Amino acid sequence: MKIFWKRFKRNKLAVAGGVIVVVLFVIAVLAPFISPFNPNDIDRKHILEPPGARHPLGTDDLGRDVLSRMVYGSRISLSVGFIAVGIATIIGMLLGAVSGYYGGWTDRAIMRFIDIMLSIPTFFLVLAVIAFVGPSIWNIMIVIGFTSWMGVARLVRAEFLSLKEREFVLAAKALGASDMRIILRHIMVNSMAPVFVSAILGVASAILVESALSFLGIGVQPPTPSWGNMLTSGKDNIEIAWWLSLFPGVAILITVLSYNLFGEGLRDALDPRLWTSER
Amino acid sequence: MLIYLIKRLLEMIPTLFGITLLSFFIIHLAPGKPTDILTELNPKITPEARLKLEKYYGLDKPIVVQYGMWLKRIVRLDFGESFSGDRRPVMERIWDTKKPLLERRLFITFLINVLSMLIIFTIAIPVGISSATHQYSLYDKITTTSVFIGFAIPSFWLALLLMMLFGVHLGWLPISGLKSMNYDSLTLMQKIWDRILHLLLPVFVSSFGGLAGLSRYMRGSMLEVLRQDYVTTARAKGLSEKRIIYGHALRNALLPIITLLGLSIPGLIGGSVIFENIFGIPGMGQLFFMGVMTRDYPLIMGILTIGAILTLIGNLLADIGYMLADPRIRVK
Repeated sequence: MKIFWKRFKRNKLAVAGGVIVVVLFVIAVLAPFISPFNPNDIDRKHILEPPGARHPLGTDDLGRDVLSRMVYGSRISLSVGFIAVGIATIIGMLLGAVSGYYGGWTDRAIMRFIDIMLSIPTFFLVLAVIAFVGPSIWNIMIVIGFTSWMGVARLVRAEFLSLKEREFVLAAKALGASDMRIILRHIMVNSMAPVFVSAILGVASAILVESALSFLGIGVQPPTPSWGNMLTSGKDNIEIAWWLSLFPGVAILITVLSYNLFGEGLRDALDPRLWTSER
Repeated sequence: MLIYLIKRLLEMIPTLFGITLLSFFIIHLAPGKPTDILTELNPKITPEARLKLEKYYGLDKPIVVQYGMWLKRIVRLDFGESFSGDRRPVMERIWDTKKPLLERRLFITFLINVLSMLIIFTIAIPVGISSATHQYSLYDKITTTSVFIGFAIPSFWLALLLMMLFGVHLGWLPISGLKSMNYDSLTLMQKIWDRILHLLLPVFVSSFGGLAGLSRYMRGSMLEVLRQDYVTTARAKGLSEKRIIYGHALRNALLPIITLLGLSIPGLIGGSVIFENIFGIPGMGQLFFMGVMTRDYPLIMGILTIGAILTLIGNLLADIGYMLADPRIRVK
């Protein structure tokens, strides 16, 4: 743990990413106190106003404050990111554990299922299902979660394959521990680190998927602000209001970037293979 | 090798079967029916008429039977008739033989994806190699940073920004469609140029994400290989750095990248919905989006199946590439 912390601290970008992740979290929680306006207040007198003293990031086509909408949008992005990844991680861990621990035909069946899931253009499927069941934020979280668990499953399976023959597991088995206990208490605990890293990286990609869906108009529905649907109005006003297209995208970029930097930094710090070859 | 290939081809069949089965059930079991939309549009439709319509489409039968019927048609490459619009066969909407090749939806999407793939490979691999061989140099830092940013940029946002810059402010590039309004009056050279101008932004946008990802993986893979003992051996016997990298390391470093190529195809195809929507390109992604909005089951299933087939072919090509690059597998 000490080595890990030392190595992580040395990676300045990863630390910066981690700090921004925390800051974004705080912004989302404190949204009502931070945003200068109510995100849904329509102001017909100040439509499509460029950034200025009153509205630091301008207003949209209904006169709503862009900054306030972005602050509230962070709530949507983060909650979709976390819950979708939570679902994906649980499914992935479950299938990966069963597959790696029991092996045999269970393993073959699950691996084949993963192959199938990886060969479907998942974005198409996500699009279709959400359009059918109706674009609510819960549906988006669930559908993204159910279509992005494959990486975790493979990861957990690999960990199980390498850990299940190790002495401490064999010892537990010899002492008569149940399968359930071995899986949860002995192997899963030891494979949590890579799962955690992939979850952090997963948040970033879930946020990207959500924003794309909202941009296409089948994600989070207006008037609820999300970075993706704000960009839709940016596209509609592309010839007159550059700020509508610019700022929400910057928010997505910064968020995804910091999650990626943070996640990769953690991974490098956790990877013992990189410890010796460090300059 | 031949035996392996045949085995691989045969393995594709159950996978394809699984994909279609899964997609079919998910699509058909999702709440709501295509007839709902018709009823919404026309409140005068009586429940009897609705039932009749459902019967006409075969939606009244158990889902397993429906899947069986669909499967029976699919082996003859018949995707059925579209529910929406003019009820044309799905195949005709995707691959209209009456239109020139350049205007068939599948071809348009295919062309853009292949072009992006070529761009990704010709740029990402050299960038990855050089940033691995110059690890921690300024060049490496710059590329690594831009890769991270490239990874985080939503492609649709990039498209918006580029449209705004090159289309609206500078006026250099067209921002939507595949050809200009006055296309028919142009000379041949102008026509070709017109096509290229229209393709520039979409191809760039669709290759952007992959570019970042692939050069990152290439760098990682190269670094991994350069740590191996045989590279140290090669260095010890005094080979030039160039020979070590291109003669010894590159081949091995490319192996995981080839696999990645196969895995990246679904993402590329999925991305086509987004950029075809933004740039108003009449390709398969746009058609899919229309199909989703009108709950056109046969159309959705048709495009999903074609997407899956393309992915499987891509994986197969990746495997063949793997074999060509790695003699150890060929022997097996």
